[in-house]
Amino acid sequence: MMTEKNINVDYLARVEGEGALRIHIKDDQVTDVQLNIFEPPRFFEAFLHGRSFDEVVDITARICGICPVAYQMSAAHALEKALGVTPPPGVRELRRLLYCGEWIESHALHVYMLHAPDYLGYESAISMAANPELLPVVQRALRMKKVGNALMTVIGGREIHPVSVCVGGFYGAPRLSALKALLPELKWGMGAAIDTVRWATTLDYPEFEVDYEFVSLSHPDEYPFNEGAILSSTGLTVPVEDYDQHYIEEHVAHSNALHSRRVETGSIYLVGPLARFNLNFDRLSPTVQGLAQEIDLELPVRNPFCSLIVRSLEMVQAFEEAIQLIEDYQEPHPSRAELPNPIPAGEGVHATEAPRGLLFHRYKVDENGLITFARIVPPTAQNLPRIEGDLWEYVPGVVGLPLEDATLRCEQLVRCYDPCISCATHFLKLDIVRE
Amino acid sequence: MSTAAKPRLAVYKFASCDGCQLSLLDCEDELLAVAGAVEIAYFVEARRQTLAGPYDITLVEGSVTTEEEIERIKEVRRQSRFLVAIGACATAGGIQSLRNWIDVNDYVNTVYATPEYIDTLATSKPISDYVEVDFELRGCPISKYQLLELVTSLLIGRLPHLPSHSVCQECKARGTVCVTVAQGIPCLGPVTLGGCWAICPAFNRGCYGCFGPVEDGNPIALGEQFMALGQTGAQVSRAFRGFNGYAPVFRQASEYFEDK
Repeated sequence: MMTEKNINVDYLARVEGEGALRIHIKDDQVTDVQLNIFEPPRFFEAFLHGRSFDEVVDITARICGICPVAYQMSAAHALEKALGVTPPPGVRELRRLLYCGEWIESHALHVYMLHAPDYLGYESAISMAANPELLPVVQRALRMKKVGNALMTVIGGREIHPVSVCVGGFYGAPRLSALKALLPELKWGMGAAIDTVRWATTLDYPEFEVDYEFVSLSHPDEYPFNEGAILSSTGLTVPVEDYDQHYIEEHVAHSNALHSRRVETGSIYLVGPLARFNLNFDRLSPTVQGLAQEIDLELPVRNPFCSLIVRSLEMVQAFEEAIQLIEDYQEPHPSRAELPNPIPAGEGVHATEAPRGLLFHRYKVDENGLITFARIVPPTAQNLPRIEGDLWEYVPGVVGLPLEDATLRCEQLVRCYDPCISCATHFLKLDIVRE
Repeated sequence: MSTAAKPRLAVYKFASCDGCQLSLLDCEDELLAVAGAVEIAYFVEARRQTLAGPYDITLVEGSVTTEEEIERIKEVRRQSRFLVAIGACATAGGIQSLRNWIDVNDYVNTVYATPEYIDTLATSKPISDYVEVDFELRGCPISKYQLLELVTSLLIGRLPHLPSHSVCQECKARGTVCVTVAQGIPCLGPVTLGGCWAICPAFNRGCYGCFGPVEDGNPIALGEQFMALGQTGAQVSRAFRGFNGYAPVFRQASEYFEDK
């Protein structure tokens, strides 16, 4: 007997941006999976044409209100390469510190407020807070997030679309005293992040493993934030300059975002916390590696649901590094490099690790300092085909559940990716069709 | 507002970066108090539960860029007692309003290999171009303190206290030396609404106009001053054509200087 059912959730909640998920099931077989991105396009790459190189950092920040620093970092580095500029001493460390703030803010938001409600049976962190037993968890989340935001505000003037980053360095650098004032809360946050890791192990994770190709930046001496070559778990290592020879974006009909694939193999791949963690585990701090051992985390982590644990471990890394960077901080003088005059025409390419994964920028600048070409590949665009791939594998295991439960499980899987649809242009309406 | 039940708050998103609605979640010290004072009935970025309207206060982020959004904003208006447009996209069209000066099909062809898949309007315009708006919070992003002030004032039934002064006054208040007078750096502060606490000059750069035009500012006179400092007309035009570039007086200034 053929049965047909439709579930419509207007769009997937607790992700950033607007889109739909359509899963087609016929006689208990998955016949189609589509992430339908209906967030309207905003055409950043097009309207950067003709803008000045020194406006790009602020303009690209507006692609995403949750990870503006990532856009500022990739853009500043790429344009410094285009202009042949090296930032003065101290800038590298201050940029890493700013990025720590964004990782803390973004991961705390996702772990506790966007993702954890799925594991605890709540529809939101707001509902969790109404339970006296979970209220302290929500309060801890808000306080951790606030520390990350405070760090960005001291360095950048505000947490959303900070104003201090420029091509060549920083317009102005924070005083040591202002950064030191953050240390007590950062040290509290370090402890809270460790507690978060232990708390994360008490959640119930669905049994589900995927044979991913992981792709992330990799740096010989440090956990990747701002610099490194692009490493794949298949062994391919390419300099960032060659990224778009090896990884391409395709346009598919059901999405206002572009989808990424490996050129040689046609394979889809995973960027983000799991990829970074698995490919760079030995460059995490001894504290983080020790915690991973303490909780018996098996490497490589191939269960996307366990990304919640990995994000928690990355928060420990970010807090620990932030504390160290502040303790070693020397205010850079000058805070920005002098730019060549006149501006030489050139091309610059860079990638950094946004909280959600590899963020690639390529720019061409003409002799008037104006942008003639811009290509931006955000992490969520790279992960969209991978999310669909996961769903193809995951849905058969939950297809026997009542539809409401199956729907929730699929949403939970999508939320593992912390998809940022404003970045990818952008995410979700779940529509399971059963025949 | 009704005293029997908690007032109902909704948050809607149009074309935007999500930063302004994130400002509500960034009120870490106040979020749970807000959630206690109002029923957060519709806020898809934060919760899975959605309750149908009507709503007492609706915050609308983003600009209108598709036919579907035109219909949606009309329905949101019908469901809302107070409709508040939040941020530069909702109040002025946002950075994506740069499309309003060119043929949008050129943009589609630049970004997307298969343009026929894309459905978009030729323009990005503010919410008030389509429906009546009760209050506007400016900024790219908005100030979370202004957001709290606005929600509080509506809850207790008074008008919100929102700044009407320029960024210049905030530099004076915080003791920042004028970057234009002292260093010749072009700064939109004299013609830009305050509310950001003048952070850009405090970081040794000129204001770039996040909060849009201040009432009674004179952007043309300021632009002439930038040219006297050695800027080209194209540079001055671009300075006004930014995150609030489609706000009327910035738009006029950007067009005035375009060919100077």
